[in-house]
Order: sequence, then C-alpha cells, then structure tokens
Amino acid sequence: MTDTTTTGRQLPDRLDNPVKSAVLSWESLLVLVALAIFIANSFASPYFLNEWSLSDMTFNFTEKALIALAMALVIITGEIDLSVASIIALASTMMGLALQAGADTPMLVAVGVGVGILCGAFNGFLITGLKLPSIVVTIGTMSLFRGIAYIVLGDQSFKGYPVDFSWFGQGYVFWVISFELVLFLVCALIFYVVLHHTNFGRRVFAIGNNATAARFSGVRVDRIKFVLFCLTGLMSGIAAVLLTARLGSTRPSIAQGFELEAVTMVVLGGVSILGGSGTIIGVVLAALIMGLVTFGLGLLNVPGIVMSIFIGSLLIVVIALPILFRMWRQRKA
Amino acid sequence: MKLFKLMAATAAAAILLAVPAYAQTRIALVVKSLGNGFFDAAAKGAEEAAKEIGDIELIYTGPTAATAEAQIEVVNSLIAQQVDAIAISANDPDALVPVLQRAQQRGIKVISWDSGVAPEGRSIHLNPSDIGLIGETIIKLAADYLPEGGDVAILSAASTATNQNAWIEAAKAVIPEKFPNINLVATVYGDDDSVKSTEEARGLIAAYPDLKAIIAPTTVGVVAAAQVVTDQNLIGKINVTGLALPSEFKQFIDNGASQAVALWNPIDLGYSAVYLAKALVDGQEAAPGATFSIGKVGEVTLDDTNSAAMAAPFQFDKSNIEEFSKIY
Repeated sequence: MTDTTTTGRQLPDRLDNPVKSAVLSWESLLVLVALAIFIANSFASPYFLNEWSLSDMTFNFTEKALIALAMALVIITGEIDLSVASIIALASTMMGLALQAGADTPMLVAVGVGVGILCGAFNGFLITGLKLPSIVVTIGTMSLFRGIAYIVLGDQSFKGYPVDFSWFGQGYVFWVISFELVLFLVCALIFYVVLHHTNFGRRVFAIGNNATAARFSGVRVDRIKFVLFCLTGLMSGIAAVLLTARLGSTRPSIAQGFELEAVTMVVLGGVSILGGSGTIIGVVLAALIMGLVTFGLGLLNVPGIVMSIFIGSLLIVVIALPILFRMWRQRKA
Repeated sequence: MKLFKLMAATAAAAILLAVPAYAQTRIALVVKSLGNGFFDAAAKGAEEAAKEIGDIELIYTGPTAATAEAQIEVVNSLIAQQVDAIAISANDPDALVPVLQRAQQRGIKVISWDSGVAPEGRSIHLNPSDIGLIGETIIKLAADYLPEGGDVAILSAASTATNQNAWIEAAKAVIPEKFPNINLVATVYGDDDSVKSTEEARGLIAAYPDLKAIIAPTTVGVVAAAQVVTDQNLIGKINVTGLALPSEFKQFIDNGASQAVALWNPIDLGYSAVYLAKALVDGQEAAPGATFSIGKVGEVTLDDTNSAAMAAPFQFDKSNIEEFSKIY
C-alpha cells in the first residue's frame, strides 16, 4: 500500500518514493505479468479459457497461498518459517490418528487446526523465549515435525476420511468456485485489513524496519513475533485440512516442498526478504501468477523441470526489473 | 515486459503449430517423475505402441519431484486438456484417487501401471508380472543353463520381505512339476545389504561344494553373489542369476559370472499400457475376467480387482544386456 502521504507519523509500507508508485509499483508490474501470462495461456492452449480449467487451476496454489499470507507477515518482521510444510505433515498425521479414534468431521478440522497452532507456538517459543534465530529453529522443526509423522506412519497411510470432510478440499461453494478459493480470498481480505489497516500491522512493519527502535517505542516485539509464528502454524493447520481433504489420505511425505513455494510467492509478491516492506495484494498476485504459470505450462505438457526453470527465471526477472529500472533512472538523472 | 510477452507468444505459436489439428485419440502416459531411465524406456515402448495402433497422440508427462501433490497438478492439466485416456504410474495409491475419479467423471479412461492406484481411481491396473510368473522365471533362469540338473541355492532379501517370500514359495511350488532335476538346497537371507549378502553367498559356496547356481531374486543380492563368484574364481562353475538391474549387472554378464538375469521390461510395460488405454477408449469394458490384447506382448486377463499381470520377467543375457544397461 502506498497511501503514505496522509497526516501523522507513519512508517511507509514500502521504502520506495511513493509519488510515482501508483504507476510504477510492484503490484502494477505483477498485474501486468499476470495479464501477460493469462493472454499467452489463452493463445497457447485451446483448453485454458474454460471455467472448469480455470477452477482446477486454483487448486494448484490455494493451499500454498494460504500459508504465504501468514509467511508474508513473518518475513516482513525479518524472520522466516521453513517448517510450514512439516506442520502440514504432522497436522495431517494427527487428523489421521483422530480419524482412527473415531473423530467426526468438525473434530478432524479442530485437530488439524489445533496441531497447526501448537506447532507454531512451539516455533514461537523457541524463537522469542529462547532467543534462537528463526531460520535455525524452523530448519530444526522442519525435520522434527515431519519426523514424528514418519515415526507414526512409516510407509503406511491413513485413508477413509468421511465424505463430508472431503468437501473442504474438493467441494464447490457455487458453480465452479471451490471452497478452497473462497477461503483463500476471505483470508486474504482479513490479512490485508490486519496488515495495512490496524495498529498490529503497523507494528509488524516497525519491527521489520528496526526491531530495536520498535522495542524502545513500546512495541512488544517478542509477543508480536510469537503471535505471527502461531499464525503461520494456524494457516499451515488450515492448509493441512484442505490438502488432506483434497488427497483423501495422509502420508508422511505430504506437502513436501511447500515451504519453498510459499516463500517464493512471498518474495515474488514484493515482500523484502530482509523485512520491513511488502503488501498482501502483492502476495495474492504472486500466488495467482504462480498458479497461472504452472497450469499454463502444464496444459502445454511442458516437463516439470522446464517449469521450475521458468519460475526461477520469472522470479529473477521480476525482482531484477525494478532494480535495473531504478539504476537506469539514476544514471539519467 | 514486451520481450517476455513476445517470447511467450512465440513459444505459444510454436507449440500450437506442433499440435496436429485432426481428431485422434490422445493418451497421456503419466510417470512418477521425469528424468528417470526406467520411465523414459516405458515412454519409448508407449511411442512404439502408438505408432503401431496409429492415429494416437501420446503425451508423455510427469512431475519433476516424485510427489503425489505434483502428480495431481499434472493430472489436473490433463483433465483440462480433455485427453481420452490417462495411464499413470502413481506416486501414491490413495492420494491420486480423488483427482482420478474426477477425470473418470469427465469421461477420461484411467488405467494405472507399474505403481498402482486403489481400484476406485482406475479401470485397470497393469502389473509388470505376477508372483507365479516370477517364481517360475527365477528357477528357469538357473535350469536353462543346467541341462543335467544339480544343486541350486537362493539368496534372498530380508526373511520378512513379502515380495521375495511370495516369489520363493512360488518357485518351490513349480520345481517338482516343471524342473524335476533341480535340487534347491538352501535359502539364505542377505537383508538387501551388500555386506551381509556377500557373507551369505560365501557361506553358501563353502557349505555346498556341488552348488551349480545361486539364485538371488533381489537386485542387491544378485550383485553381491556375482562379485563373490568373480572374486573366488568360480566363473563357469557357479552361475549367478536372479532379478537384476541391467545397468548394475552388465559387468557380470560380460565376465561370465552370470549367463542371464531377468527383470520387468519397462519398454513392454509402456507399450502394453497404451494398448490397454486404447482398448478402453474404443469401448471395451473393464470387468473381472475380461481379456485384453496387448499387441506383440500377448494378452492379459483381469482378476477380481481388475488387475492384470503383463508377462514373465524379461530376460537379459549377452545378446541384449548392452542395450538395456543404457536404459535402466
């Protein structure tokens, strides 16, 4: 958000000069990229412009994007959470155990979300209570959480989730609009309001810009960080419910590699990996772009490895472009 | 951005031109992950079948990472492309079921091959082989080079290994009837560990001086046994055979420690998968007891779970090990 010219003392959400930013903002760039890919896709494949195709496409990113929303806040404070995919694995495993113990659908959801929050709180405690660096802690819990899932399941799987439970991952609210997509949009709206229109959001930016200064200004830095790690845990728990429902089964290898895709969405969305700046709109657009790219290339049966190269290049190009542009302007000026 | 758009549009145009416009059967061969020699070989076989049948567009695809989630994305894009059939080697027998059911609801025929999907998610599953055929083959591999008969021993994986135990049982069952002059003297277990397998092979050779062949129905054991036979200069006296990966085992065929080994043939597997998929698209019903033709490989009959076994394991010897060692 760029409306930083209003009254009062405000920390800018982005560190760029806000004047020309409406046109030259990261978000406009992302919109252009998304449009370009959308148009390219429609020309490239006759199957792309179909309501069911587009609906199927959203399943490629909704779960990861839900995590990316919370991850964005964590990264804005200058921290990172690499354990999110493993939280999904553990939450899904616990849901499987609950299922075997005879849990019904509301109970399964509660277990998934609850385990997510507990895992996040554990991360948060290690990081804010014991003052350990988040990258170290979450690399550790990344192995720990998934390790527990492997101990419980080995090479087995849980299946037989109730039919009404599978609705969370396979159901449609109306027409081709899936429950996953609706949930993502609602969450995106909530995160947008929280980050850009509440004191809590201001404090998140303050911490990312200068945690020490924020602390001296009376911001309870550790408490906010703790809450944010619980929040990533919560979103991972929700993602675990959706993914488990979509797969209809749990295996310890579930959601492998989701953490890097979530971080990619956040960075592509224009959140500074060093903390202090970023927007939710950017993250949402980045999630959409990733979905469009992978689905579009998938429709052309482009091999997965080429797809990774494409996404990697996209990330570098989109991040390098504004920097190159700024350098070029400075040279001219 | 202009450059990017231009590139995307060019790529798009190129791909559009590459796709033939006339109506044909589109069969997708979905593998666990790309960049795997086994699956590339399967795709080769699938291409061959597609050419033989004619008027088939084969889509060879799969994720980069061998995960169920990535494979679901691939299947989603195939559903959107409205392919006629999907033949999949699945990364997970259960997690793929919902998306494959959706594919079936939208009129796409689904079969699994190699790594199966639970029956709800597919019409047919094609196994590379079955227990009886494997059991018979491992004895036949030894008997073919023992016209006079003689003592043979089995070096297996772990004593708890379900597959190996089933094959050994089948092998024992077939000996009295089909190979009466073969005398199985011992079954030992190398736990699929090179060191343990080597020790067990040495033990066999010491304990049975008249041993003519060691049968190892495990890719680890067979290499260990062949190495022992080579090291102890017993080439020509003891023939090592069993189930082996051609690439790992080629040197022992070359040096004579082994006359022949066997394993599933991925080329035939891909080939047969395309035949089955095409038959379903053409309206043949998948039901227990139904018989399907799979071209040059023969025919298969579906069992109670609509699974079929393709053929006995494919034999590798001096004549073809060179070719297959490059594949897998």
